[in-house]
Amino acid sequence: MVEALLKVDDLQAWYGESHILHGVGFEIGHGELVTLLGRNGAGKTTTLKSVMGIVEKRTGSVTFEGRQLVGHPSNEIARLGIAYCPEERGIFSSLNVEENLLLPPVVKPGGMSLAEIYQLFPNLEERKRSQGTKLSGGEQQMLAIGRILRTGAPLLLLDEPTEGLAPVIVQRIGEIIRQLKSRGFTILLVEQNFHFAATVADRHYVMEDGRVIDMIASADVQQNIGKLQTYLGV
Amino acid sequence: MFELLGIPPQALFGQLLLGLINGAFYAMLSLGLAVIFGMLNVINFTHGAQYMMGAFAAWLMLTQLDIPFWAALVLSPLIVGLFGIVLEKVMLKRIYHLDHLYGFLLTFGLALIIEGLFQWKWGSSGAPYPSPIPGGTNLGFMFLPTYRGFVVVAALVICLATWYGIERTKFGAYLRAATENPTLVRAFGINVPRLITLTYGLGVGLAALAGVLAAPIQQVSALMGVNLVLVVFAVVVIGGMGSIMGSIVTGFGLGLVEGLTKVFYPPASNTVIFVVMALVLLIKPAGLFGQTK
Repeated sequence: MVEALLKVDDLQAWYGESHILHGVGFEIGHGELVTLLGRNGAGKTTTLKSVMGIVEKRTGSVTFEGRQLVGHPSNEIARLGIAYCPEERGIFSSLNVEENLLLPPVVKPGGMSLAEIYQLFPNLEERKRSQGTKLSGGEQQMLAIGRILRTGAPLLLLDEPTEGLAPVIVQRIGEIIRQLKSRGFTILLVEQNFHFAATVADRHYVMEDGRVIDMIASADVQQNIGKLQTYLGV
Repeated sequence: MFELLGIPPQALFGQLLLGLINGAFYAMLSLGLAVIFGMLNVINFTHGAQYMMGAFAAWLMLTQLDIPFWAALVLSPLIVGLFGIVLEKVMLKRIYHLDHLYGFLLTFGLALIIEGLFQWKWGSSGAPYPSPIPGGTNLGFMFLPTYRGFVVVAALVICLATWYGIERTKFGAYLRAATENPTLVRAFGINVPRLITLTYGLGVGLAALAGVLAAPIQQVSALMGVNLVLVVFAVVVIGGMGSIMGSIVTGFGLGLVEGLTKVFYPPASNTVIFVVMALVLLIKPAGLFGQTK
């Protein structure tokens, strides 16, 4: 693998008194699409939040393009070129669809234009004057993904983009994620839905109890299917 | 001359104008409180003292430095707003994660200290501020002092400009989004702590601007904000905490209600707003324009 875009080493994180991450380590190369798999409570979401700098306390090392992120506030981390799409989507109810799309500031040149985003998500353009939270779950998810594509950030952190959505929409989101990869975005994807993850990702890291316990390339998934099923408890 | 319900029109329209002017100040002050509450989650009990500081700054500029009203209208909110920014940076930002009670104690204590200091230095009797636009017009049914007419129009413009700034601009979109979910807005790369400081400075500046506008109408005195701010808190509660349009409409509306009460049943004029507050809270606990979170 070429030099990693994002490299996480011995990452530990806490919410108040509870110690959630116990030394997470993984890396992602330029243009790769990597998933974090694992059961509920394994620490996947917390890992994304720790990369982004929105946990109360974290130690260890997270480097992006060689720069250390631990110790910096989330607004500075975002400005370096990391965009975050949270699990709860975080659509703002006091903003309409277009205001939601335009909210995250452009941090690097080369982001997608509003027109390109509308081309990718035609529904959003039709409803651009609607209140953000009046959209359907699928549309809100597309809005949450769409609004971070404008920023020019090369690394996208997507937290369970398929959660609670109908199979047709999940398929559509899968197509979009593949398109984003082909556009050159580097993507770190948290997924519960392993079958979905297997169709889009290059590699999978498996998490358990706040640690990364295994790494499986997509090409080797078939040989390791038994092992994966044990990990994920499916 | 005709009479309405046994009330001479001079008295009726005179009180309506007074109500409209009071309403203008209620609206401007409750607007600042609403903006600050939305963003900082702190009920700014220092608001009345900051309003007084605005009037005092204008009065001091005029009497000490010969700076005219129109310049003070710009300078005074800037100076007092800057004072607010320092206050936020040094004290307020330390209490956001604590219970509302701490915000109340801090801002209320600060108001007492500021008002005490001004009273100690300049006494509490009050000083007059000459009207920058003397004269008036006889409208037939009443006499309209030009400056008072100007205050009503200026307050409307200020309120609508603030509403536009919050509801229709990019800066306002950041404010609204950060009010809902500051963590996520920050994770998009926006310096939310700075946005909060700025918001407080703007809210305080708005109070000071109201203070400058009030100077030629009221006596400039250390305690001029004390009674006013009590009514303004009632206005904010009636309008709905954190609602911008709610503050504006309720402010002007309650000023008029108060004015009408003075005409038809004067003894109730001091309490009518609190009666309205009690009624509104019984029927709509979140206020007329408020949303339950």
